[in-house]
Amino acid sequence: MPDGSYERPQQRQFNPYSENGGTILAIAGADFSVIAGDTRQSEGYSIQTRYAPKVFRLTERAVLAVNGFAADGNMFVKKVKQRLEWYRHAHAKDMPLRAIARLIQTMLYAQRFFPYYVYNILGGIEEDGTGAVYSFDPVGSYEREACRAAGAAQSLVQPFLDNQIYFKNQTPAPGASHPTHLPLPDVLSIVIDSFTSATERHIEVGDGLEIYVVLAKGRSTQELASIGGLQELSTRAEGDRMFVIRRDLKKD
Amino acid sequence: MNSFADRFATTGTAAELRRIKEYVADDEDVSDSMWGSEAGFGTMAHGAPDFMVPSVPDPAAFLRLHTDDHADPSCRIKIKHGTTTLAFRYKGGVIVAVDSRATAGSYVASGTVKKVIEINPYLLGTMAGGAADCQYWETYLGMQCRLHELRNHERISVAAASKYLSNLVYSYKGMGLSMGTMICGWDKTGPAIFYVDSDGTRLKGDLFSVGSGSTFAYGVLDQGYHWDLTDEEAQELGRRSIYAAGHRDAFSGNTINLYHVKEQGWQFIGNYDVSEMHYNGPTGTQGYGYSVRVEGRSSANPPV
Repeated sequence: MPDGSYERPQQRQFNPYSENGGTILAIAGADFSVIAGDTRQSEGYSIQTRYAPKVFRLTERAVLAVNGFAADGNMFVKKVKQRLEWYRHAHAKDMPLRAIARLIQTMLYAQRFFPYYVYNILGGIEEDGTGAVYSFDPVGSYEREACRAAGAAQSLVQPFLDNQIYFKNQTPAPGASHPTHLPLPDVLSIVIDSFTSATERHIEVGDGLEIYVVLAKGRSTQELASIGGLQELSTRAEGDRMFVIRRDLKKD
Repeated sequence: MNSFADRFATTGTAAELRRIKEYVADDEDVSDSMWGSEAGFGTMAHGAPDFMVPSVPDPAAFLRLHTDDHADPSCRIKIKHGTTTLAFRYKGGVIVAVDSRATAGSYVASGTVKKVIEINPYLLGTMAGGAADCQYWETYLGMQCRLHELRNHERISVAAASKYLSNLVYSYKGMGLSMGTMICGWDKTGPAIFYVDSDGTRLKGDLFSVGSGSTFAYGVLDQGYHWDLTDEEAQELGRRSIYAAGHRDAFSGNTINLYHVKEQGWQFIGNYDVSEMHYNGPTGTQGYGYSVRVEGRSSANPPV
């Protein structure tokens, strides 16, 4: 109408969420943990950027991967890092992994009535030196697991992981048994294969791959020596060590 | 008592208290969480933690719009659902049995969920409905139960613990919490089960089953239940009932977790794969489902 009013009643909605695609993945070994994510960020059929990290270093021995709505994810990581810094100032040490997991639960649940649209996977080394993966839903229910895939291609990747990590639907040869934990080179191969395959079959996955590797204190780094694109992130060689592997994924 | 009027009064005890608080200067900008050691719960003196609520006329409708997967399967935030849980009281204590499947829409989000929440060595809570709601509030209940012990030098009764939870979730009624839980334990009165849900229902009883597969579990449970069950019979009945639900309800399955609550506290009995139960049973000799269906049907499966 000329006076700026409407002929019919208008309905509006508060929709503060979007979906930015991508996939994250984490696998725990006996004394290491691998946390990975692709770096494509998209909205609908448009690629917003080919390099938007989804995996973040929290402490010397903890890594957080976030997937879902990128704005919520980045804000959430920022707030988790702030809480960890406060903890460091109060206690002069890094927060242990299981405590970070509980912190993330309470931070997500504080938004129970206005949730962060974020799926979190936390990986790292526990105080007892074992590799661990914690996975969360958007409002904070969490569980420690050996492996977890989340995001756009979770339904492509998780069944592959179930088969390769948990040996689901595999029968061991007579007299033999399945290993409880896989060695690091095998895990890295599975992670890389997961992402190259997801890139082939899912339009929201691709561009780049970042794989964080956390090794327990005293563990040999020998198995990483031959890996291309490796960069060390840890400052001290005597504690737990952290590495990142950056790879290209297909960009089409 | 008119607490709303109290808040604005300038005379009386509430006003006095408010003046003292102002004097002590509780600095709002520096919250206790900055000390970093409270795991987000804050000091217990403050009671239940605060929640961020969107600035819209109807926050519950906002939440429903974005998270309820029954009304709208295309909504973005999928909260984990689907369950079968059961608990029953008999002469030997309480049996608690649950499945381990979590679904988000039709996707099996996890097959390894711990749906029995160990509140303390004498109290168990079960998880049905929103996984986060149950996990968070039952953990919170565990903290309150510990405080009760410290204040009263005595363990909290199952009735009191369940009522604490019931009153707590009732204060959030209509906000979209979803939980159906059984608080199970052993106190001065013996074994006890209370059913508590997010509508505010709280029921004392001998036998409950909660979740999408509860009808299947009840079918097996009701025909096999009596007070004088032996421990072995009771555990078998719990396991067999969850198996039935796992077999017939698409939203339940994967594995069974079995707990037994006795006078000395709860005990974890075991984790059983539902498919394994179907073919081989708990002892590996007699399956619950397969052999009874195929026995005598072919020369490969001759009648026993």
